[in-house]
Amino acid sequence: MNRKTIGFVLIALALLILPHLLTQVGTAWVRIANLAILFVFLSLGLNIVVGMAGLLDLGYVAFYAVGAYTWALLASPHFGLHLPFWVILPIGAMLACIAGAVLGAPTLRLRGDYLAIVTLGFGEIVRIFMNNLSAPFNITNGPKGVTRIDGMQLGDMNFMATDTLFGIPFTGPTKYYYALLLLLLLIIVVNLRLQNSRIGRAWVAIREDEVAAKAAGINTRNVKLLAFAMGASFGGIAGGMFAAMQGFVSPESFILHESIMILAMVVLGGMGNVWGVIAGALLLSFVPEFLRYTVEPVQQALFGHLLIEPEILRMLLFGIALVLTMRFRPAGLWPESRHKQEMKEAKEASA
Amino acid sequence: MSAGPNVLLEARSVGKRFGGVQALKDVSLTIRRQEIYGLIGPNGAGKTTFFNVLTGLYQRDSGDVLFDEQALDLASPYRVAEAGIARTFQNIRLFGSMTAIENVMVGRHVRTHVGVIGAILRTGRQRAEEAAIKRRAEELLHYVGIAHRAGDLARHLSYGDQRRLEIARALATEPKLLALDEPAAGMNATETEGLRELIVGLRADGLTVLLIEHDVKLVMGLCNRVAVLDYGEKIAEDVPAVVQKDPKVIEAYLGGSVGE
Repeated sequence: MNRKTIGFVLIALALLILPHLLTQVGTAWVRIANLAILFVFLSLGLNIVVGMAGLLDLGYVAFYAVGAYTWALLASPHFGLHLPFWVILPIGAMLACIAGAVLGAPTLRLRGDYLAIVTLGFGEIVRIFMNNLSAPFNITNGPKGVTRIDGMQLGDMNFMATDTLFGIPFTGPTKYYYALLLLLLLIIVVNLRLQNSRIGRAWVAIREDEVAAKAAGINTRNVKLLAFAMGASFGGIAGGMFAAMQGFVSPESFILHESIMILAMVVLGGMGNVWGVIAGALLLSFVPEFLRYTVEPVQQALFGHLLIEPEILRMLLFGIALVLTMRFRPAGLWPESRHKQEMKEAKEASA
Repeated sequence: MSAGPNVLLEARSVGKRFGGVQALKDVSLTIRRQEIYGLIGPNGAGKTTFFNVLTGLYQRDSGDVLFDEQALDLASPYRVAEAGIARTFQNIRLFGSMTAIENVMVGRHVRTHVGVIGAILRTGRQRAEEAAIKRRAEELLHYVGIAHRAGDLARHLSYGDQRRLEIARALATEPKLLALDEPAAGMNATETEGLRELIVGLRADGLTVLLIEHDVKLVMGLCNRVAVLDYGEKIAEDVPAVVQKDPKVIEAYLGGSVGE
């Protein structure tokens, strides 16, 4: 066994026992870990669109919403449907995929800022749709959202309840954690394989020079649509899992702020690099939560009373961190290796 | 003038207008198989416009093009590439932050088929195709003489090597006609000589080359036939020796009439 294999085994073991350790600290932390994994899904999806194909999409949360509402409507008393997860998740991914292509189609001629503005608008349109599709036929239940959504159910195992196996308690969030971990593995493999494929190269070629890509024989229209659709399908899966875990969805969860967060994760981690994007998503998911739990006690201990509201300080630190990253690591914390060389070169040139 | 089997490309009355400027006026020309066909003319004569129309980057206003005895679909660049016309650009357009070999592998896109599903499942067909793409790209890098730079970023190559890489990428699409837009621009004498040899080799290997060039010496020495554009109109088309002596051509280049 070489070093690399040992490393992988250790990481795998750490990931497997993580929820049990986190449970010791508090079940809330397992939930936070689960949400962090969802954000990894979303970031990896957006990475295909923004990182690989270079299409700045500010409405990505729309596909998260499509996935979440698909689960909510197919597994809740709202329509009286209670389909199993292995039916809903693929449907959610498919619908998000279609939504990605449909919303992508009108933007094909746009680039850069213009594309960003239009996709931002589309993201809002989807949210507003969810808000208003309650009349004349009540489809989404409007701003009240859909409640009492079924959790995941695998055979006799209910993901909402606690089971004990070999004397170890498996809480609901812990079970979701394992399910998400499995999905994550799948999504990472899909990403890595796409990155080094004919289609992946075509995406990067479009990002690098669209005219040259066209002239080199790439059907840029189809290949871009494919990027939108593939990226969106990951969002759809994340949305479905989100609905299952929360048991409740409403349009409020799918605001522009979420799109920007996901984009920040991609940019901070390193556009185009799967591992960088994962790191970015985990960092931006965990650090704010960590601050949420530490800011108050630290201030109490230091000053005896609360000086700055945790929420304000959190956003402040978050902003500073992003500014510092852009200043010192403009290609992200863990850039795509090609990008890294590019930045180094630019630095040398300016020196 | 009708297209026989030894004619590869026949442009018929191709016209293109930008606002008030008639960039191309009824340009008709015939390129025969396995020849190096030069397209020359003063700056702004419409050479690059013709290239862009021919490769689907601009939409023509009139005329049509017969290619390989079939009407050429000029609606989109990838269809032109599919039909068998590949091009390079006047100001090199590579995928800068991809490696040299990846640039050439992108050129294989149009001749390969495996899509997203194949890539995700990594089917046997996908792996075989991917290996073939890589092999072909290596061969082409070798062919244009930059195999040793395969793993370097395209933007890190020297100017001459970037030109060669762009040609390799174009060749990867398996063209019947290779259209080179001022390939010698900015090259020194040694690089130009290397390029000349490369182009002669392409013809020897059965390719037809359409060449826009400012370097008159290169064009006259290299081309089988030459067409001259001036203000969007073709004013001459013949073997270099005849074109060189054509009074209209001399006038276009020197800006005065001959014999006054």
